[in-house]
Amino acid sequence: MSNAVIINNAVKKYGDFIALKGVSLNIKEGEFFTLLGPSGCGKTTLLRMIAGFNSIEGGEFYFGDKLINAVPAHKRDIGMVFQNYAIFPHLTVEENVAYGLKARHVPKAEIAPRVAEALELVQIAHLAKRKPNELSGGQQQRVALARAFVIEPSVLLMDEPLSNLDAKLRVQMRTVIKKLQRKLGITTIYVTHDQEEALAISDRIAVMKDGVIMQCGTPTEIYAKPQNPFVAGFIGVSNFLDCEVSGGGVVNIKDELKVTVPVQSDYTGPAKLSARPEQLFFAKEGMPGTVQFSTFLGDFIEYEVQLNDGQNLIVNEYTKDTTERHEAGEKVFLNFDPTRISVYRADTEEVITC
Amino acid sequence: MLKRKDLTIPFYMDPWFWVKLMVFIIFLLFLVWPFSSIIVNAFKSSKVDGFTMANFEKFFKKKYYYGALKNSVSVSVVPSLFAIVLGVPMAYLMTRYNVWGKKIWHVLAILSLMSPPFLGAYAWIMMFGRAGSVTTFLKQYGIAIPTIYGFGGISTVLTLKLYPYIYMYTSGAMESIDSSLEECAENLGSGKLRRFFTVTMPVVTPSITAGALVVFMSALADFGTPMLLGGQDFRTLPVLIYNEYLSEIGGNGNLASAISIIIVIITLVMLLVQKTYVGRRNYIMSALRPPKEIEVHGFKRFLVTLPVFLISFVSFLPQIVVCASSFQHTNYSSFTGGFTLENYQNLGSRLWSTMRNTFVYSLTAMVFIVIIGILMSYVIVRKKGKTGGLLDMLLMAPYVIPGSVLGLCYIVTFNVKPLVLTGTAAIIIISYVIRKLPYTVRSASAFLMQMDPSVEEASINLGVAPMKTFWKVTARLMLPGVFSGAILSWVTCINELSCSIMLSSGKNNTLTIEAYTNIVRNSVGSGAALSAILTITSAVILIICLKISKGKIRV
Repeated sequence: MSNAVIINNAVKKYGDFIALKGVSLNIKEGEFFTLLGPSGCGKTTLLRMIAGFNSIEGGEFYFGDKLINAVPAHKRDIGMVFQNYAIFPHLTVEENVAYGLKARHVPKAEIAPRVAEALELVQIAHLAKRKPNELSGGQQQRVALARAFVIEPSVLLMDEPLSNLDAKLRVQMRTVIKKLQRKLGITTIYVTHDQEEALAISDRIAVMKDGVIMQCGTPTEIYAKPQNPFVAGFIGVSNFLDCEVSGGGVVNIKDELKVTVPVQSDYTGPAKLSARPEQLFFAKEGMPGTVQFSTFLGDFIEYEVQLNDGQNLIVNEYTKDTTERHEAGEKVFLNFDPTRISVYRADTEEVITC
Repeated sequence: MLKRKDLTIPFYMDPWFWVKLMVFIIFLLFLVWPFSSIIVNAFKSSKVDGFTMANFEKFFKKKYYYGALKNSVSVSVVPSLFAIVLGVPMAYLMTRYNVWGKKIWHVLAILSLMSPPFLGAYAWIMMFGRAGSVTTFLKQYGIAIPTIYGFGGISTVLTLKLYPYIYMYTSGAMESIDSSLEECAENLGSGKLRRFFTVTMPVVTPSITAGALVVFMSALADFGTPMLLGGQDFRTLPVLIYNEYLSEIGGNGNLASAISIIIVIITLVMLLVQKTYVGRRNYIMSALRPPKEIEVHGFKRFLVTLPVFLISFVSFLPQIVVCASSFQHTNYSSFTGGFTLENYQNLGSRLWSTMRNTFVYSLTAMVFIVIIGILMSYVIVRKKGKTGGLLDMLLMAPYVIPGSVLGLCYIVTFNVKPLVLTGTAAIIIISYVIRKLPYTVRSASAFLMQMDPSVEEASINLGVAPMKTFWKVTARLMLPGVFSGAILSWVTCINELSCSIMLSSGKNNTLTIEAYTNIVRNSVGSGAALSAILTITSAVILIICLKISKGKIRV
């Protein structure tokens, strides 16, 4: 049996409120897949439907070719890491990790070495006899992780596992998780609201908003080619500029700059252009503006530039690319590479660039 | 095409469906059905066929009956007010100042709350009754004290027994006020007194009224006190129900049923008033920084301790008096002083049978209370929704339905086929379970609410079926909460009088019933000895419980 996870048209309702409006996903075997979105977007709801803790109001869920809608949670053979770790407080680290193996009636002689190996993998073998209340947050997280993968589940689910850790530990643990997943090759579905974490850890990401998937793709695709203004704004920072598209991909920005962009539709009319701060640069010609403020951040300088109509844009210039620094009040021209930015229809917010 | 059974898990596969069903059947059988039968009963009469208002007409025409209604209301309202007067200052002093012997006063308050229902009245009669020790002592000097029989005495005894509800509810709320709130008021220029009335009081008011409601309902339902102190002239509704029921022996208890309905309506109205006018304005707070205890020294510390000491000591006094007099010689109907063990020796084998009854009944009830309590609190807390809400409401029933009313319900319902239980031990045990379950459920629920639900999910996720997970993980972790609630349930079972006295057939008498019967028969020696045994048993259990749960007890 393959360990792919296929979801067709999943619907979740809470009374009249529809939390998931027909979500379809095709998660490949061994893939590290992330559900990313702001709170209330339905990402945790979907994860809990996969785990069997939420009822399913519509759609089909498959593990490989097996329909699991009617399989109760305890028979789904899934490992799960919870946001608050959910370590059994009355059991030692060892007993916590052995819990799932015992439930599966793994022979006793086999349990001890498997637990030891799992603890070794997450580097907490020395804590085996401790009780959970004697552990730090990061250590508890490792116990939760070991407990989830030691049962060799077909799928591993993680619900914001790093959100209760401090910033430094978060970065450290995300590497631990990523390496472990690579090593074990378990199909993993990861939920987070932290876009940086998602980009760093995932093979593919589904960006969700209001119970709908806004875009699904690799971190590079999602960052470089956001399919709608929401994704452009949610992943990284984007400057949005109102503009007018005429035939052949000619984009007129506030009558101050005209560029031709590669397009995939023949739409003409009002549109919205998004450009990352590092995609904008100072040039001899382009959109005229005035530097308002500059912040030196080491590897780059962040400028706030006001256009003639009063809109402020963020422009990042890498220190390695320049020696000069623009001062507040300086008149500048901004430009960009037309093949790297995205343009969306003003009405439907669909992307028209390719 | 996919079939429905492939897409959803059928409801009968969910073990909680069966748990809910079982709990509902228990409540239907032993609460809803019996209560419905007395509603029907109240509108019937042996003189007329079909339904009639005759019982209610009789009640509101004769002063003998409607006078009892007036009495009942007055001995419920007055103790509620005086309990606030005692309980609120005590809560304030205990939470805000370094009162001497804090723990002792706290324990004394709980002990007087959990004392046998007739004990206060009995001890007061011993001291201030017609032949009371204080009365006779003062008579030598020609000083007459006001009578303790009737309204004044009943109100005093009930106030002193029930004020701890107010004290405990209020101090709970006062401890949860974040100190920044009061600091903020101070910062905005409020003086200490002004701050107390404009910030502290409004915030704790919902808790005070909730406590007052419990005092009101307990006083209204109280049977032992008015029975002993009411005499021939001052009857309350529970006393009336008992008397009517006794005098209607062989009858159907129609009038007693009607009185029961009236008493339940009063409680329901009070409950609704409290819920609509005060319950709405509930300021839920979790104190990040609970208020600090103010350190006072010397005379000031004496001043803050004195009121607390006086309140808790006077309310505990009955237990001392009863225990002390149980060692005095008697000439059957009054104490004659000196030291003796004859009161205990005279109890003879009767003691052992009542002891056995008390412990067998209460412990059997405990087994059911703990099992049903754990399951029920789980359904209420974790499986919210309609059934949870309905169960939560059914759980209020024992507060609303006085013991004597439930006793009557059971007699009316289980005296006839299909289910004949009257005169058995089973019916007493069932009444214990239904009436004392709430203590365990509330305590377990409060504990469960603090517990992270994902721990259970983790266990299910790791392959342990939901019901097995429940007993293996959830119930195991809930134990401390269940334990402290169960102890309270247990102690109140042991001290239960108003319901079991109606259900007992003499051979089923418990310690409480036996003690009470002896007191009524004016057999003061045995009465005091049995009361002392009862008091000390309850106190020992409660103190052990307080030690284990570190003073955290919910009433």
